[in-house]
Amino acid sequence: MYLNEIRPGAKCRIIKILGSGGISARLRDMGCIKEEEIEVIKIAPLGDPVDIKIKGYHLSLRKEEAKNIEVEKI
Amino acid sequence: MNKKEITIALAGNPNSGKTTIFNNITGARQHVGNYPGVTVEKKYGYISYRGYKINVVDLPGTYSLTAYSEDEVVARNYIINENPDIVIDIIDSSNIERNLYLATQFIELGVPLILAFNMSDITKSKREKIDISLLSKLLASPIVETVGHKNKGIKDLLDAAIRHIENKDRQEIKIKYGEEIEIELEKISAIIQDKQIFPEKLNHRWIALKLLEQDKEIIDKIREESREVYQEIELEVDRSIKHLSNILRDNPATIIADSRYGFIRGALAETRKETEIEKVSVTDRIDSILTNRIVGLPIFAALMWLMFQFVFKIGAYPMDWIDMGFGKLGELISNVMPEGLLQSLIVDGIIGGVGGVIIFTPNIILLFLCIAILEDSGYMARVAFIMDRVMHKIGLHGKSFIPMLIGFGCTIPSYMGSRILENRKDRLITMHVNTFMSCGARLPVYILLAGAFFPNIAGNIIFSIYVIGIVMAILMAKLLRATRFKGESAPFVMELPPYRVPTFKGVLLHTWERTWLYLKKAGTIILAISIIMWILFTFPMIGKNYSNDYDLEIDSLEQSFESNEITQEEYEESISEIEAKKGAEQLSYSAAGRIGRFTEPVFKPLGFDWKLAVASISGIAAKEVVVSTMGTLYSIQEADEESETLRENIASEYNPLIGYNFMLFTLLYFPCMAGMAVFRREAGWKEMFFQIGYTLLLAWVVSFVVFQIGRLFI
Repeated sequence: MYLNEIRPGAKCRIIKILGSGGISARLRDMGCIKEEEIEVIKIAPLGDPVDIKIKGYHLSLRKEEAKNIEVEKI
Repeated sequence: MNKKEITIALAGNPNSGKTTIFNNITGARQHVGNYPGVTVEKKYGYISYRGYKINVVDLPGTYSLTAYSEDEVVARNYIINENPDIVIDIIDSSNIERNLYLATQFIELGVPLILAFNMSDITKSKREKIDISLLSKLLASPIVETVGHKNKGIKDLLDAAIRHIENKDRQEIKIKYGEEIEIELEKISAIIQDKQIFPEKLNHRWIALKLLEQDKEIIDKIREESREVYQEIELEVDRSIKHLSNILRDNPATIIADSRYGFIRGALAETRKETEIEKVSVTDRIDSILTNRIVGLPIFAALMWLMFQFVFKIGAYPMDWIDMGFGKLGELISNVMPEGLLQSLIVDGIIGGVGGVIIFTPNIILLFLCIAILEDSGYMARVAFIMDRVMHKIGLHGKSFIPMLIGFGCTIPSYMGSRILENRKDRLITMHVNTFMSCGARLPVYILLAGAFFPNIAGNIIFSIYVIGIVMAILMAKLLRATRFKGESAPFVMELPPYRVPTFKGVLLHTWERTWLYLKKAGTIILAISIIMWILFTFPMIGKNYSNDYDLEIDSLEQSFESNEITQEEYEESISEIEAKKGAEQLSYSAAGRIGRFTEPVFKPLGFDWKLAVASISGIAAKEVVVSTMGTLYSIQEADEESETLRENIASEYNPLIGYNFMLFTLLYFPCMAGMAVFRREAGWKEMFFQIGYTLLLAWVVSFVVFQIGRLFI
């Protein structure tokens, strides 16, 4: 499954970052790498983007971008 | 004397407290400029310390050194091309792991590096206990602990920098990426070494690494250098990537990033003494309200309303004083200088023109004060978080919202406010459409015309113009995104940094440097344009070519007044009428008047005659000038937007369709010369001319369509 399918409050672990080029490089730089744990904190008032916690900090990304992160629930 | 000079580059993640440390080191001895060729701000300063003159360059805050963003390329190129003696990487102590990712890339580049573990977070609840001296050994870089907002550790940092620079046997470490990648790195480095396309001093292993990461900048650089070498290298790199992807079952770029994080994790695991498990942090608690699903939006709206009121309501007072000041200065000069051309140049041209720019300073100061507080506190990222859904729909970024809102007050600070957008395309689109947010200077024109043609529904008419402006901004944003600034809008992957109390010094410095940029750069160009505008409206002089001998009329009036045939009131009224007629004739005779008549055929399909053409041209100086020019054109002295006679004159000359159309035209064409000077400063000549050209074209097309269709119904 993908990060955009995870509900607020749930945790998951990254399996793979999909795609190449800009967006995947950016995600990697921000610490989204294999086996990293993610907690989905909340969704913005208007329904997008989402606020996640990774490596102990808050990162926000659009659902569109979250589709690039393959995860498994934990 | 004979001081040794060293250069320190300050690097670090955004929100690591880098700017605070820069301010603490350099104090007021700092300058702001741009990096050559790009709009990225370059801040630099110096300090004399222990017999050294230390130059400090504040690199843009970045998370990495890929070619992902303009900022990262700038930071990287600075280090490659300018060879600073040392890089100080500011590490946010509350998030060591991610912050060290950037440090690993400085290590890869092979520059002397110092790490400043900075406590910038107000919430100290979460702090890892780490064996600093051991970590320092593992990273082969000195580590200094600092507390930016309390100005602690700055001297230690400078001492460590000097010591590290003078240390002749610095250790170098390599980050290992695994055997397979290391083999390929060797092969590619060998080719680079062989072809000698890069200077010897540049780390070949680093270039090879960048090639495996498919770094666009580096690839382009090699291609520019030599097509042949490029093809050879490309062949080798493609083969390597394919080979590695096959055996490692993943993209080399991913493996490399994993290795960097693996390296950091290993080093931290070895040095970590204990980790305090954080409870719910202050930031999380604040965010549970500020970005709350239900109250998040209303709070945001209220804050924006407050900011708008603060900038424009409070700003109105100093603006009045400045206006009065320049008025008094003009009067004073009129009194001491003999009447004539020089007086007119100084009073009407220079003081009028430059004063018209300086008057916006209070707005700009207050706006940047607000933006600095929003940014330094961490709320700006939340604004983007809350508004992104809407702004993304029209092809913009969440952060575009604030500059657009500001545009309703004044377009100039809205152009400057667009700086908060890191991505160049996003920034330019935002700037190009901010123009259509009706600024305060356009309102008098609407008030005059709506009052003249639609006295009973003036409010609704003006409102409709504002709405059309917003609709145009949305349409143009979409159009520009689909054409000129094609390509994905910046992906929205943004840190929501911990909330912080902004430092007084930081906010003031921030506000001051931006205000000063406005005054200095805009001021010089405005001076030149003011003089040109003055010349256009003054020359050629009509001299003796008036249609009537007005002087004779005035003489006879004086006689009748002296012989008490008319009252003082009647006398003054007639004189003012004659002066106004003279003014109108002079204006018609001037270059501006001629341009108006010459360009009349262009304006004719919009329903405008030469007078409206001249009024539009005068609006280039500033939109509110349209009102006073119309006053002169219709021979009314001292006209303002509430002048009933002016309204009657206009209403008798044109129909309401033309009136409405002229409002549309005023809305759509570029705001003013001060605005364009700022636009050039922010985005360069090319973009400024594009802004002028496309807004003129749009204004013309829209007015043309409205007039031609409207004509069929009346």
